[in-house]
Amino acid sequence: MSDNQNPLGFTPNEMMTIAASRALRNDDVCFVGIGAPSAACNVARLTHAPDITLIYESGTIGTAPDVLPLSIGDGELCETAVTTVAVPEMFRYWLQGGRISIGFLGAAQLDKFGNINTTVIGDYFHPKTRLPGGGGAPEIATSSQEIYITMAQTKRGMVETIDFFTSFGHGEGGDHRQRLGIDTAGPTLLITDLAIWKPDPVTKEFTVVSLHPGVTRQQVQESCGWVVKFAEALDETPAPSELELNTLRDLQARTKAAHEGTGKAKAA
Amino acid sequence: MVKFLPLKQAVAENLNNGDSVAFEGFTHLIPTAAAHEAIRQGFRDLTLIRMTPDLIYDQMIGMGMAKKIIFSYVGNPGVGLLRRARDAIENGFPRSIEVEEHSHAGMANAYEAGAAGLPCAVFRGYRGAGLATVNPNIKSVTCPFTGEVLAAVPSIRPDVTFIHAQKADKKGNVLVEGIIGIQKEAVLAAKRAVVTVEEVVDNFDDLHPNLTVLPRWTIAAIAVVPGGSHPSYAHGYYARDNAAYLEWDEIAADREKFQAWMQAHVIEKSADDFAARVDHLRKAA
Repeated sequence: MSDNQNPLGFTPNEMMTIAASRALRNDDVCFVGIGAPSAACNVARLTHAPDITLIYESGTIGTAPDVLPLSIGDGELCETAVTTVAVPEMFRYWLQGGRISIGFLGAAQLDKFGNINTTVIGDYFHPKTRLPGGGGAPEIATSSQEIYITMAQTKRGMVETIDFFTSFGHGEGGDHRQRLGIDTAGPTLLITDLAIWKPDPVTKEFTVVSLHPGVTRQQVQESCGWVVKFAEALDETPAPSELELNTLRDLQARTKAAHEGTGKAKAA
Repeated sequence: MVKFLPLKQAVAENLNNGDSVAFEGFTHLIPTAAAHEAIRQGFRDLTLIRMTPDLIYDQMIGMGMAKKIIFSYVGNPGVGLLRRARDAIENGFPRSIEVEEHSHAGMANAYEAGAAGLPCAVFRGYRGAGLATVNPNIKSVTCPFTGEVLAAVPSIRPDVTFIHAQKADKKGNVLVEGIIGIQKEAVLAAKRAVVTVEEVVDNFDDLHPNLTVLPRWTIAAIAVVPGGSHPSYAHGYYARDNAAYLEWDEIAADREKFQAWMQAHVIEKSADDFAARVDHLRKAA
Protein backbone atom coordinates (compact mmCIF):
# COMPACT_ATOMS: atom_id res chain seq x y z
CA MET A 1 0.00 0.00 0.00
CA SER A 2 3.03 2.22 0.29
CA ASP A 3 2.51 4.29 -2.82
CA ASN A 4 -1.25 4.65 -2.69
CA GLN A 5 -2.37 8.06 -1.72
CA ASN A 6 -4.86 7.91 1.13
CA PRO A 7 -8.01 10.06 1.26
CA LEU A 8 -6.10 12.61 3.35
CA GLY A 9 -3.90 13.56 0.41
CA PHE A 10 -0.52 12.04 1.26
CA THR A 11 1.03 8.61 0.80
CA PRO A 12 2.16 6.33 3.66
CA ASN A 13 5.76 6.79 2.45
CA GLU A 14 5.40 10.57 2.61
CA MET A 15 4.01 10.26 6.14
CA MET A 16 6.97 8.06 7.09
CA THR A 17 9.54 10.49 5.73
CA ILE A 18 7.89 13.51 7.33
CA ALA A 19 7.44 11.78 10.71
CA ALA A 20 11.14 10.89 10.60
CA SER A 21 12.13 14.44 9.71
CA ARG A 22 10.25 15.76 12.75
CA ALA A 23 12.34 13.59 15.07
CA LEU A 24 15.49 15.50 14.10
CA ARG A 25 16.62 18.55 16.08
CA ASN A 26 18.32 21.69 14.89
CA ASP A 27 21.50 20.89 16.86
CA ASP A 28 21.74 17.25 15.76
CA VAL A 29 24.81 15.91 13.99
CA CYS A 30 23.38 13.21 11.79
CA PHE A 31 25.11 10.40 9.89
CA VAL A 32 22.80 9.98 6.91
CA GLY A 33 22.01 6.83 4.92
CA ILE A 34 20.72 6.92 1.34
CA GLY A 35 16.99 6.60 0.62
CA ALA A 36 14.28 7.52 3.13
CA PRO A 37 16.82 8.65 5.80
CA SER A 38 18.40 11.09 3.33
CA ALA A 39 14.98 12.47 2.35
CA ALA A 40 13.93 12.85 6.01
CA CYS A 41 17.14 14.61 7.01
CA ASN A 42 16.92 17.08 4.16
CA VAL A 43 13.23 17.82 4.79
CA ALA A 44 14.18 18.56 8.41
CA ARG A 45 16.94 20.90 7.19
CA LEU A 46 14.55 22.68 4.82
CA THR A 47 11.81 23.10 7.45
CA HIS A 48 12.30 23.19 11.23
CA ALA A 49 16.02 22.36 11.55
CA PRO A 50 17.96 24.72 9.23
CA ASP A 51 21.22 24.33 11.17
CA ILE A 52 21.24 20.53 11.41
CA THR A 53 24.62 19.03 10.49
CA LEU A 54 24.29 16.31 7.87
CA ILE A 55 27.23 13.97 7.34
CA TYR A 56 27.50 11.36 4.58
CA GLU A 57 30.07 8.57 4.87
CA SER A 58 31.93 9.76 1.75
CA GLY A 59 33.43 12.42 4.03
CA THR A 60 31.12 15.40 3.47
CA ILE A 61 30.45 17.24 6.74
CA GLY A 62 27.68 19.82 7.07
CA THR A 63 26.33 19.28 3.59
CA ALA A 64 23.19 21.00 2.21
CA PRO A 65 22.31 19.42 -1.16
CA ASP A 66 19.66 21.03 -3.35
CA VAL A 67 18.71 17.59 -4.72
CA LEU A 68 18.92 14.24 -2.94
CA PRO A 69 22.09 12.35 -3.88
CA LEU A 70 21.72 9.05 -5.75
CA SER A 71 24.86 7.81 -3.97
CA ILE A 72 26.56 8.88 -0.75
CA GLY A 73 29.30 10.48 -2.86
CA ASP A 74 27.49 12.70 -5.37
CA GLY A 75 29.39 15.89 -6.21
CA GLU A 76 26.56 18.04 -4.88
CA LEU A 77 27.33 16.84 -1.35
CA CYS A 78 30.94 18.03 -1.51
CA GLU A 79 30.09 21.32 -3.21
CA THR A 80 27.67 22.32 -0.46
CA ALA A 81 29.55 20.91 2.56
CA VAL A 82 31.31 22.89 5.28
CA THR A 83 34.29 20.60 4.71
CA THR A 84 35.09 17.23 3.13
CA VAL A 85 37.46 14.80 4.81
CA ALA A 86 39.06 11.49 3.81
CA VAL A 87 37.15 8.30 4.53
CA PRO A 88 39.54 7.03 7.25
CA GLU A 89 39.18 10.34 9.07
CA MET A 90 35.39 10.16 8.77
CA PHE A 91 35.27 6.80 10.49
CA ARG A 92 38.04 7.41 13.03
CA TYR A 93 37.70 10.99 14.24
CA TRP A 94 34.06 11.77 13.56
CA LEU A 95 32.15 8.51 14.01
CA GLN A 96 34.40 6.51 16.36
CA GLY A 97 35.29 9.79 18.11
CA GLY A 98 31.69 9.99 19.32
CA ARG A 99 30.78 13.20 17.48
CA ILE A 100 27.61 11.88 15.81
CA SER A 101 24.34 12.32 17.71
CA ILE A 102 22.05 10.40 15.35
CA GLY A 103 22.87 7.54 13.00
CA PHE A 104 20.01 7.12 10.57
CA LEU A 105 19.70 3.63 9.07
CA GLY A 106 17.40 1.65 6.81
CA ALA A 107 17.04 -2.14 6.83
CA ALA A 108 16.29 -5.08 4.55
CA GLN A 109 15.36 -7.19 7.59
CA LEU A 110 14.66 -5.87 11.08
CA ASP A 111 13.74 -7.66 14.30
CA LYS A 112 11.79 -6.35 17.28
CA PHE A 113 15.00 -5.38 19.13
CA GLY A 114 16.22 -3.13 16.30
CA ASN A 115 18.85 -5.52 14.97
CA ILE A 116 19.39 -4.95 11.24
CA ASN A 117 20.29 -7.24 8.36
CA THR A 118 21.44 -5.81 5.02
CA THR A 119 23.92 -8.60 4.23
CA VAL A 120 22.27 -11.85 3.07
CA ILE A 121 18.93 -13.60 2.93
CA GLY A 122 19.59 -17.23 3.85
CA ASP A 123 22.89 -18.74 4.93
CA TYR A 124 25.92 -16.43 4.77
CA PHE A 125 28.08 -18.90 2.85
CA HIS A 126 25.28 -20.11 0.54
CA PRO A 127 22.97 -17.09 0.36
CA LYS A 128 19.57 -17.17 -1.26
CA THR A 129 20.04 -13.46 -1.93
CA ARG A 130 23.32 -11.61 -1.56
CA LEU A 131 22.51 -8.03 -0.42
CA PRO A 132 25.03 -5.16 -0.54
CA GLY A 133 26.28 -5.62 3.03
CA GLY A 134 26.94 -3.27 5.87
CA GLY A 135 29.12 -0.48 4.47
CA GLY A 136 29.38 1.97 7.33
CA ALA A 137 26.44 0.58 9.30
CA PRO A 138 28.10 -1.88 11.74
CA GLU A 139 30.00 0.98 13.39
CA ILE A 140 27.32 3.65 12.85
CA ALA A 141 25.05 1.37 14.93
CA THR A 142 27.45 1.26 17.87
CA SER A 143 29.30 4.61 17.74
CA SER A 144 26.44 7.07 17.10
CA GLN A 145 24.83 8.31 20.32
CA GLU A 146 21.40 7.15 19.12
CA ILE A 147 20.03 5.24 16.12
CA TYR A 148 16.88 6.04 14.20
CA ILE A 149 15.58 3.38 11.82
CA THR A 150 13.14 3.87 9.00
CA MET A 151 11.53 1.28 6.73
CA ALA A 152 8.27 0.47 4.98
CA GLN A 153 6.51 -2.37 6.81
CA THR A 154 6.31 -5.83 5.25
CA LYS A 155 6.18 -9.31 6.78
CA ARG A 156 9.33 -10.21 4.87
CA GLY A 157 11.16 -7.19 6.23
CA MET A 158 10.02 -7.15 9.86
CA VAL A 159 10.84 -10.64 11.06
CA GLU A 160 11.07 -12.62 14.29
CA THR A 161 14.67 -13.65 13.54
CA ILE A 162 16.96 -11.87 11.10
CA ASP A 163 19.22 -14.02 8.91
CA PHE A 164 22.38 -12.03 9.67
CA PHE A 165 23.42 -9.44 12.28
CA THR A 166 24.79 -6.70 10.02
CA SER A 167 24.25 -3.99 12.63
CA PHE A 168 23.67 -4.63 16.30
CA GLY A 169 20.59 -3.01 17.80
CA HIS A 170 19.57 -4.19 21.26
CA GLY A 171 20.64 -7.81 20.59
CA GLU A 172 18.46 -10.09 22.71
CA GLY A 173 17.03 -7.03 24.47
CA GLY A 174 17.48 -5.78 28.03
CA ASP A 175 21.07 -4.79 28.82
CA HIS A 176 22.66 -6.78 25.97
CA ARG A 177 24.44 -3.69 24.57
CA GLN A 178 26.07 -2.88 27.89
CA ARG A 179 27.14 -6.51 28.30
CA LEU A 180 29.05 -6.20 25.02
CA GLY A 181 30.74 -3.01 26.21
CA ILE A 182 28.73 -0.72 23.90
CA ASP A 183 27.99 2.53 25.73
CA THR A 184 25.72 4.26 23.21
CA ALA A 185 21.90 4.16 23.34
CA GLY A 186 21.31 2.16 20.13
CA PRO A 187 17.95 2.22 18.34
CA THR A 188 15.67 4.71 20.11
CA LEU A 189 13.15 5.26 17.34
CA LEU A 190 11.62 3.25 14.49
CA ILE A 191 9.50 5.06 11.96
CA THR A 192 7.57 2.99 9.44
CA ASP A 193 4.98 3.92 6.83
CA LEU A 194 2.29 2.98 9.37
CA ALA A 195 3.49 3.94 12.83
CA ILE A 196 6.09 5.34 15.20
CA TRP A 197 7.76 2.82 17.53
CA LYS A 198 9.98 3.25 20.57
CA PRO A 199 11.83 0.61 22.58
CA ASP A 200 10.37 -0.50 25.91
CA PRO A 201 12.61 1.06 28.60
CA VAL A 202 13.37 -2.35 30.16
CA THR A 203 12.98 -5.10 27.55
CA LYS A 204 14.03 -2.81 24.64
CA GLU A 205 11.36 -4.40 22.43
CA PHE A 206 9.97 -1.91 19.91
CA THR A 207 6.46 -0.81 20.91
CA VAL A 208 4.04 1.18 18.77
CA VAL A 209 3.52 4.61 20.38
CA SER A 210 1.76 6.42 17.54
CA LEU A 211 -0.34 5.33 14.57
CA HIS A 212 -0.22 7.43 11.41
CA PRO A 213 -3.59 8.98 10.41
CA GLY A 214 -6.11 6.39 9.22
CA VAL A 215 -3.93 3.39 10.18
CA THR A 216 -5.39 0.61 12.36
CA ARG A 217 -3.69 -1.69 14.86
CA GLN A 218 -4.69 -4.57 12.63
CA GLN A 219 -2.83 -3.09 9.62
CA VAL A 220 0.31 -2.73 11.70
CA GLN A 221 0.09 -6.34 12.87
CA GLU A 222 -0.71 -7.73 9.42
CA SER A 223 2.45 -6.25 7.93
CA CYS A 224 4.77 -7.28 10.77
CA GLY A 225 6.33 -10.70 11.38
CA TRP A 226 6.27 -10.56 15.17
CA VAL A 227 3.45 -10.09 17.70
CA VAL A 228 3.19 -6.31 17.96
CA LYS A 229 3.05 -4.54 21.32
CA PHE A 230 1.10 -1.28 21.51
CA ALA A 231 1.60 1.42 24.12
CA GLU A 232 -1.28 1.95 26.53
CA ALA A 233 -1.54 5.59 25.55
CA LEU A 234 -1.46 5.31 21.78
CA ASP A 235 -1.12 8.62 19.90
CA GLU A 236 -2.08 9.55 16.38
CA THR A 237 0.78 11.01 14.34
CA PRO A 238 -0.15 14.52 13.18
CA ALA A 239 -0.78 14.56 9.43
CA PRO A 240 1.85 16.29 7.27
CA SER A 241 1.48 20.04 7.11
CA GLU A 242 1.25 21.76 3.75
CA LEU A 243 4.79 23.10 4.23
CA GLU A 244 6.21 19.65 5.05
CA LEU A 245 4.45 17.97 2.15
CA ASN A 246 5.40 20.66 -0.36
CA THR A 247 9.01 20.64 0.81
CA LEU A 248 9.27 16.87 0.39
CA ARG A 249 7.54 16.84 -3.00
CA ASP A 250 9.62 19.71 -4.35
CA LEU A 251 12.79 17.97 -3.19
CA GLN A 252 11.79 14.71 -4.86
CA ALA A 253 10.75 16.44 -8.09
CA ARG A 254 14.12 18.25 -8.27
CA THR A 255 15.89 14.97 -7.54
CA LYS A 256 14.04 13.01 -10.23
CA ALA A 257 14.72 15.68 -12.85
CA ALA A 258 18.40 15.83 -11.93
CA HIS A 259 19.00 12.07 -12.03
CA GLU A 260 17.18 11.58 -15.32
CA GLY A 261 18.74 14.72 -16.77
CA THR A 262 22.13 13.21 -17.39
CA GLY A 263 20.52 10.41 -19.38
CA LYS A 264 18.43 12.76 -21.51
CA ALA A 265 21.39 14.96 -22.33
CA LYS A 266 23.32 11.90 -23.42
CA ALA A 267 20.59 10.81 -25.79
CA ALA A 268 20.32 14.32 -27.27
CA MET B 1 60.53 7.14 -10.58
CA VAL B 2 57.20 7.91 -12.19
CA LYS B 3 56.76 7.36 -15.92
CA PHE B 4 54.16 9.01 -18.17
CA LEU B 5 52.83 6.16 -20.31
CA PRO B 6 49.89 5.35 -22.56
CA LEU B 7 47.27 3.58 -20.41
CA LYS B 8 47.70 0.30 -22.28
CA GLN B 9 51.38 0.18 -21.41
CA ALA B 10 50.90 1.46 -17.84
CA VAL B 11 48.50 -1.42 -17.14
CA ALA B 12 50.61 -4.04 -18.92
CA GLU B 13 53.75 -3.05 -17.00
CA ASN B 14 52.15 -3.00 -13.56
CA LEU B 15 49.42 -5.64 -13.36
CA ASN B 16 49.97 -9.40 -13.46
CA ASN B 17 47.79 -12.49 -13.31
CA GLY B 18 47.24 -13.48 -9.68
CA ASP B 19 47.93 -10.00 -8.27
CA SER B 20 46.01 -8.43 -5.42
CA VAL B 21 44.80 -5.16 -6.86
CA ALA B 22 42.80 -2.17 -5.68
CA PHE B 23 40.97 0.07 -8.13
CA GLU B 24 39.90 2.64 -5.54
CA GLY B 25 37.62 5.65 -5.58
CA PHE B 26 34.86 6.31 -3.09
CA THR B 27 32.02 7.04 -5.55
CA HIS B 28 34.17 9.91 -6.91
CA LEU B 29 37.19 9.50 -9.25
CA ILE B 30 36.64 5.79 -9.89
CA PRO B 31 39.35 4.56 -12.30
CA THR B 32 36.99 3.13 -14.91
CA ALA B 33 39.30 3.55 -17.91
CA ALA B 34 42.09 1.67 -16.11
CA ALA B 35 39.70 -1.14 -15.17
CA HIS B 36 38.47 -1.40 -18.74
CA GLU B 37 42.06 -1.63 -19.98
CA ALA B 38 42.68 -4.46 -17.49
CA ILE B 39 39.58 -6.21 -18.82
CA ARG B 40 40.81 -5.85 -22.42
CA GLN B 41 44.16 -7.35 -21.43
CA GLY B 42 42.30 -10.30 -19.89
CA PHE B 43 44.00 -10.77 -16.52
CA ARG B 44 43.04 -13.80 -14.45
CA ASP B 45 42.92 -14.93 -10.80
CA LEU B 46 42.96 -11.42 -9.39
CA THR B 47 42.19 -10.61 -5.77
CA LEU B 48 40.06 -7.49 -6.14
CA ILE B 49 40.17 -5.14 -3.17
CA ARG B 50 37.82 -2.21 -2.80
CA MET B 51 35.51 -0.63 -0.22
CA THR B 52 32.62 -0.20 -2.67
CA PRO B 53 33.12 -2.61 -5.60
CA ASP B 54 30.40 -1.05 -7.79
CA LEU B 55 30.30 -1.20 -11.61
CA ILE B 56 33.93 -1.88 -12.55
CA TYR B 57 34.19 -4.86 -10.20
CA ASP B 58 30.78 -6.12 -11.33
CA GLN B 59 32.28 -6.03 -14.84
CA MET B 60 35.56 -7.74 -13.88
CA ILE B 61 33.75 -10.40 -11.84
CA GLY B 62 31.29 -10.93 -14.70
CA MET B 63 34.23 -11.45 -17.08
CA GLY B 64 35.66 -14.13 -14.78
CA MET B 65 38.81 -12.24 -13.76
CA ALA B 66 38.45 -12.45 -9.98
CA LYS B 67 39.27 -15.36 -7.69
CA LYS B 68 38.59 -13.35 -4.54
CA ILE B 69 37.03 -10.05 -3.52
CA ILE B 70 37.77 -8.06 -0.36
CA PHE B 71 35.10 -5.40 0.17
CA SER B 72 32.73 -3.62 2.52
CA TYR B 73 29.70 -2.78 0.34
CA VAL B 74 28.92 -4.85 -2.74
CA GLY B 75 26.12 -2.65 -4.11
CA ASN B 76 25.32 -0.07 -6.78
CA PRO B 77 24.87 2.93 -4.47
CA GLY B 78 21.34 4.30 -4.50
CA VAL B 79 20.30 1.78 -7.16
CA GLY B 80 20.52 -1.70 -5.67
CA LEU B 81 22.49 -4.88 -5.96
CA LEU B 82 25.49 -5.74 -8.12
CA ARG B 83 24.02 -8.45 -10.25
CA ARG B 84 27.18 -9.96 -11.78
CA ALA B 85 28.79 -10.14 -8.32
CA ARG B 86 25.63 -11.74 -6.96
CA ASP B 87 25.63 -14.32 -9.75
CA ALA B 88 29.20 -15.24 -8.84
CA ILE B 89 28.50 -15.45 -5.10
CA GLU B 90 25.09 -17.14 -5.30
CA ASN B 91 25.61 -19.40 -8.35
CA GLY B 92 29.36 -19.58 -8.98
CA PHE B 93 28.87 -17.98 -12.42
CA PRO B 94 31.06 -17.51 -14.42
CA ARG B 95 33.26 -18.91 -11.64
CA SER B 96 32.99 -19.15 -7.88
CA ILE B 97 34.80 -16.46 -5.93
CA GLU B 98 36.14 -16.27 -2.43
CA VAL B 99 34.66 -13.48 -0.35
CA GLU B 100 36.30 -11.51 2.46
CA GLU B 101 33.85 -8.98 3.85
CA HIS B 102 34.48 -6.05 6.18
CA SER B 103 32.74 -2.86 7.25
CA HIS B 104 33.79 0.51 5.79
CA ALA B 105 35.53 1.33 9.07
CA GLY B 106 37.42 -1.98 8.90
CA MET B 107 38.59 -1.41 5.31
CA ALA B 108 39.50 2.25 5.90
CA ASN B 109 41.56 1.35 8.96
CA ALA B 110 43.20 -1.56 7.12
CA TYR B 111 44.29 0.67 4.23
CA GLU B 112 45.58 3.28 6.67
CA ALA B 113 47.60 0.59 8.47
CA GLY B 114 48.96 -0.57 5.11
CA ALA B 115 50.04 2.98 4.27
CA ALA B 116 51.63 3.26 7.72
CA GLY B 117 53.60 0.04 7.30
CA LEU B 118 51.80 -1.67 10.18
CA PRO B 119 50.80 -5.35 10.14
CA CYS B 120 47.27 -4.72 11.38
CA ALA B 121 44.72 -2.04 12.23
CA VAL B 122 43.12 -1.62 15.63
CA PHE B 123 39.81 0.17 16.08
CA ARG B 124 36.53 0.11 17.98
CA GLY B 125 34.39 -1.93 15.63
CA TYR B 126 32.30 -4.98 14.77
CA ARG B 127 30.66 -5.10 18.23
CA GLY B 128 27.72 -7.46 18.05
CA ALA B 129 28.18 -7.66 14.29
CA GLY B 130 27.79 -10.96 12.44
CA LEU B 131 30.79 -10.28 10.18
CA ALA B 132 33.14 -11.06 13.05
CA THR B 133 31.72 -14.61 13.14
CA VAL B 134 32.10 -15.36 9.40
CA ASN B 135 35.37 -13.57 8.56
CA PRO B 136 38.41 -15.18 10.23
CA ASN B 137 40.40 -12.02 9.47
CA ILE B 138 38.37 -10.10 12.05
CA LYS B 139 39.96 -10.70 15.43
CA SER B 140 40.27 -8.77 18.67
CA VAL B 141 43.04 -7.35 20.83
CA THR B 142 42.99 -6.01 24.36
CA CYS B 143 44.31 -2.52 24.99
CA PRO B 144 47.37 -2.91 27.27
CA PHE B 145 46.52 0.37 29.04
CA THR B 146 42.75 0.28 29.57
CA GLY B 147 41.78 -3.37 29.06
CA GLU B 148 39.27 -2.37 26.38
CA VAL B 149 38.70 -5.10 23.80
CA LEU B 150 39.13 -3.71 20.29
CA ALA B 151 38.75 -5.11 16.77
CA ALA B 152 41.85 -5.97 14.76
CA VAL B 153 42.08 -6.60 11.01
CA PRO B 154 45.14 -7.28 8.85
CA SER B 155 46.47 -4.27 6.96
CA ILE B 156 45.74 -4.06 3.24
CA ARG B 157 48.83 -4.07 1.03
CA PRO B 158 47.87 -4.48 -2.63
CA ASP B 159 50.45 -5.49 -5.22
CA VAL B 160 49.13 -2.58 -7.25
CA THR B 161 46.62 0.24 -6.76
CA PHE B 162 44.91 2.17 -9.56
CA ILE B 163 43.28 5.55 -8.96
CA HIS B 164 41.98 8.41 -11.09
CA ALA B 165 42.80 12.03 -10.22
CA GLN B 166 42.26 15.53 -11.54
CA LYS B 167 45.76 16.68 -12.41
CA ALA B 168 49.40 15.78 -12.63
CA ASP B 169 52.13 18.37 -13.00
CA LYS B 170 54.93 17.86 -15.51
CA LYS B 171 57.13 16.25 -12.88
CA GLY B 172 54.45 13.66 -12.09
CA ASN B 173 53.09 14.94 -8.79
CA VAL B 174 49.35 14.20 -8.59
CA LEU B 175 46.50 16.37 -7.23
CA VAL B 176 43.32 14.81 -5.81
CA GLU B 177 40.50 17.05 -4.59
CA GLY B 178 36.80 16.91 -3.72
CA ILE B 179 35.68 13.67 -2.11
CA ILE B 180 39.15 12.21 -1.64
CA GLY B 181 37.91 8.90 -0.28
CA ILE B 182 40.55 6.29 0.49
CA GLN B 183 42.78 6.91 -2.55
CA LYS B 184 45.81 8.38 -0.79
CA GLU B 185 45.95 5.46 1.65
CA ALA B 186 45.38 2.93 -1.16
CA VAL B 187 48.33 4.36 -3.13
CA LEU B 188 50.67 4.51 -0.14
CA ALA B 189 49.69 0.98 0.97
CA ALA B 190 50.50 -0.56 -2.43
CA LYS B 191 53.76 -1.86 -3.85
CA ARG B 192 53.02 -0.03 -7.13
CA ALA B 193 50.53 2.69 -8.01
CA VAL B 194 49.16 3.72 -11.39
CA VAL B 195 47.24 6.98 -11.75
CA THR B 196 45.06 8.14 -14.62
CA VAL B 197 44.53 11.93 -14.72
CA GLU B 198 42.25 14.37 -16.50
CA GLU B 199 45.13 16.62 -17.57
CA VAL B 200 48.77 17.57 -17.09
CA VAL B 201 49.62 21.13 -16.05
CA ASP B 202 53.00 22.88 -15.97
CA ASN B 203 53.22 23.10 -12.18
CA PHE B 204 51.21 23.26 -8.94
CA ASP B 205 52.62 26.64 -7.85
CA ASP B 206 49.20 28.26 -7.42
CA LEU B 207 47.63 25.46 -5.35
CA HIS B 208 46.65 25.78 -1.73
CA PRO B 209 49.32 24.04 0.39
CA ASN B 210 46.83 21.79 2.21
CA LEU B 211 45.46 20.07 -0.88
CA THR B 212 45.96 16.35 -1.30
CA VAL B 213 49.02 15.83 -3.44
CA LEU B 214 50.73 12.50 -4.00
CA PRO B 215 54.44 13.18 -4.61
CA ARG B 216 55.78 11.75 -7.88
CA TRP B 217 58.03 9.23 -6.14
CA THR B 218 54.98 7.43 -4.66
CA ILE B 219 53.68 6.57 -8.15
CA ALA B 220 54.93 4.11 -10.78
CA ALA B 221 53.05 5.37 -13.82
CA ILE B 222 50.69 8.15 -14.91
CA ALA B 223 48.42 7.94 -17.95
CA VAL B 224 46.45 10.93 -19.22
CA VAL B 225 42.85 9.83 -19.83
CA PRO B 226 40.34 12.71 -19.95
CA GLY B 227 36.94 11.42 -18.82
CA GLY B 228 38.63 8.29 -17.44
CA SER B 229 36.33 8.15 -14.46
CA HIS B 230 33.00 7.93 -16.32
CA PRO B 231 30.25 7.12 -15.21
CA SER B 232 31.77 8.25 -11.91
CA TYR B 233 32.93 11.85 -11.94
CA ALA B 234 35.85 14.22 -11.55
CA HIS B 235 35.05 17.17 -9.31
CA GLY B 236 35.49 20.40 -11.28
CA TYR B 237 35.57 18.58 -14.63
CA TYR B 238 32.33 16.65 -15.16
CA ALA B 239 29.32 15.48 -13.15
CA ARG B 240 28.39 11.96 -12.09
CA ASP B 241 26.34 10.15 -14.75
CA ASN B 242 23.61 8.96 -12.42
CA ALA B 243 21.50 7.76 -15.36
CA ALA B 244 24.30 5.35 -16.36
CA TYR B 245 24.25 3.82 -12.87
CA LEU B 246 20.49 3.33 -13.17
CA GLU B 247 20.93 1.75 -16.63
CA TRP B 248 23.64 -0.63 -15.39
CA ASP B 249 21.13 -2.40 -13.18
CA GLU B 250 19.26 -3.59 -16.26
CA ILE B 251 22.36 -4.44 -18.31
CA ALA B 252 23.92 -6.53 -15.55
CA ALA B 253 20.68 -8.37 -14.75
CA ASP B 254 21.01 -10.56 -17.85
CA ARG B 255 24.11 -12.65 -18.65
CA GLU B 256 23.84 -12.25 -22.43
CA LYS B 257 23.00 -8.58 -22.33
CA PHE B 258 26.00 -8.07 -20.08
CA GLN B 259 28.34 -9.87 -22.51
CA ALA B 260 27.04 -7.87 -25.46
CA TRP B 261 27.50 -4.61 -23.55
CA MET B 262 31.04 -5.53 -22.53
CA GLN B 263 31.92 -6.42 -26.12
CA ALA B 264 30.57 -3.15 -27.52
CA HIS B 265 31.65 -0.74 -24.77
CA VAL B 266 34.86 -2.24 -23.40
CA ILE B 267 36.47 -4.92 -25.58
CA GLU B 268 36.05 -3.01 -28.86
CA LYS B 269 36.90 0.39 -27.34
CA SER B 270 40.01 2.11 -26.06
CA ALA B 271 41.00 4.67 -23.44
CA ASP B 272 40.57 7.39 -26.08
CA ASP B 273 36.81 6.88 -26.05
CA PHE B 274 36.33 8.23 -22.54
CA ALA B 275 36.63 11.94 -23.38
CA ALA B 276 33.52 11.83 -25.57
CA ARG B 277 31.53 9.98 -22.91
CA VAL B 278 31.69 12.95 -20.54
CA ASP B 279 31.11 15.79 -23.03
CA HIS B 280 27.48 16.20 -22.03
CA LEU B 281 28.41 16.06 -18.32
CA ARG B 282 31.04 18.82 -18.40
CA LYS B 283 28.46 21.61 -18.40
CA ALA B 284 26.83 20.21 -15.28
CA ALA B 285 30.07 20.13 -13.27
